[in-house]
Amino acid sequence: MAINTKVIQRPDPRRISYLRAAFKGMALTLRHMLSPKTVTQQYPEEQTELSPRWRGTHVMEVHADGRPKCVACGLCPTVCPANCIRLVGGEDDQGNRYPIVFEIDEFRCIFCGMCQEVCPVEAIHMGRDFENSEYTRDRFVYDLDRLMQQDHPSALLWDPADPAGE
Amino acid sequence: MAPPASPYPWLVTDVNTPIAGIPLLVATSIKITVMFGVVMLTVAYTTLAERRISAFIQDRLGPNRVGPFGLLQPIADGLKNLVKEEALPGTASKLYFMLGPMLAMGPALVLFAVIPFAAPLPTPWGVVDMIIADVPIGILYILALSSLGVYGIVIGGWASNNKYAFLGALRASAQMVSYEVALGLSVIVVLMLAGGVTLTEIVWRQQQLGLWFALPLSLGFILFVISAFAETNRLPFDMPEAESELITGFHTEYSAMKFSMFFIAEYAHMLTASALMATLFFGGWDLPGSWDDAFWYQGELIRGFDASGLPVAAAPAVWKTLLTFAGFAAKTGFFLLLYIWVRWTVPRFRYDQVMELGWKVMLPTALAYIMVVATTILVLDELGVSGLAHGLALTAVSAICTVAFVFFLDRGRIIKGAAARHHAVAPEPSAVERETMVGEGATIND
Repeated sequence: MAINTKVIQRPDPRRISYLRAAFKGMALTLRHMLSPKTVTQQYPEEQTELSPRWRGTHVMEVHADGRPKCVACGLCPTVCPANCIRLVGGEDDQGNRYPIVFEIDEFRCIFCGMCQEVCPVEAIHMGRDFENSEYTRDRFVYDLDRLMQQDHPSALLWDPADPAGE
Repeated sequence: MAPPASPYPWLVTDVNTPIAGIPLLVATSIKITVMFGVVMLTVAYTTLAERRISAFIQDRLGPNRVGPFGLLQPIADGLKNLVKEEALPGTASKLYFMLGPMLAMGPALVLFAVIPFAAPLPTPWGVVDMIIADVPIGILYILALSSLGVYGIVIGGWASNNKYAFLGALRASAQMVSYEVALGLSVIVVLMLAGGVTLTEIVWRQQQLGLWFALPLSLGFILFVISAFAETNRLPFDMPEAESELITGFHTEYSAMKFSMFFIAEYAHMLTASALMATLFFGGWDLPGSWDDAFWYQGELIRGFDASGLPVAAAPAVWKTLLTFAGFAAKTGFFLLLYIWVRWTVPRFRYDQVMELGWKVMLPTALAYIMVVATTILVLDELGVSGLAHGLALTAVSAICTVAFVFFLDRGRIIKGAAARHHAVAPEPSAVERETMVGEGATIND
């Protein structure tokens, strides 16, 4: 017998009462029909608690003065396995690098979270969110402003108190 | 002495005069309109009930968003189906493709015309029968028109030019023809006991007997229910649809309103079958007691006959009509609930099982039962037994028949799974054999 094969012990069919089985089934469904217990979650009103590690659409962290924390180092487009991040970096008068263009195509994104892991300044984050429907496909390319405006919480890919997981 | 001339000669002072002339035409038009509306509404809300009850059975909630408790859901569904795009398959035969749903829906909706749904209603213009058309052929009209419904399914499935639709149509024709025989034969016992084919007469006989026919003709009732389930293509007999085997069978290619028409036809058939079960075997609109009995006997509305055989006039009243209608609706509603309840409990039969049950069990049983009932009625008539004793004697005979039928049908001798054949050789299965067995209709430790 193969491993992981579950043998169902069927009763001797000559001793099966079909009618009894049918009526037992009817009684069972009646019990369920009358019991008030349901497993339905009334979705828009009742929300499932998402895991803190849930990886949804991205969030760009911002400084207190409203600038993005991104320093346009180019690590996230490099590490991205789906090649969905488009980054064009610039440099201001003080020599600070900043993103001129930062676009994430959420359709190409596979939500692996590697951009968040690789970011040296903890600027790009996965968000704890899944309600991201749109009427047109082009709305799924999130630009920098859109990423900065995302107000859902960021995903915690590691415990801040124990980043190495020790 | 002639009564003084009334200023309103069309108004009837005698409550037991049937309505006639123009008022009859008006009353019939109103009845048709109202009953059409009631049937369509019931059909719409049966779909909602089906979805909600199936949800309750599966510990879900079902559609509860559109309106309070989801009560506007059927209207939303109807609107959606009206504005949806109709898909017409390029290879379909256009004329027959469109004819299919019409042929299915038309007969399904006219079936209700001969079913009495309440006690006669007194009006100033005369007594109005609460039946749209009390045609003398009664139940034959229903049998004839309900078998027309299969044409819609067969033509629709054939015209789709789709192999699944075609298989569904083939199965529908075979199944409906097979079970029509059993359905017709199971009704014959009712006609023998009632002594007539009109449904008003059948209701009247049940009132006079003091017993609803489900008791004196219990086996007939069981056969009728099984055949009616098969005739309406409901689980466990939904061979023509068989979602898991044939996609959805005959209406695979149909969309939007044409699909809706098939759907309405199915539920209208269900409603009519439920109303028929209530009428033929549960007294129709009759409620316990003789206060509501009413029947046209030689042009007079009577309640019954007194000890000396003289007719006793009935006293129709509006409250009686309303109460009996509520009783009829409750009985019909119970059978609709039974339809839904059974559908979400039992799995589908295999095709050969359906055919075996139809031809090898239902047909011979119905024929034998007709002989038993006919003999019993003849013997009882010869002995001069009448009234309640007649009914009780038949009840006893039928009970014996029912027990015998159930005993015979059970034990896996007729509808047997592959395992039963397997076991015909080896009495006690070994562990290896058990592994290969495919048991049916049974659970572990059953």
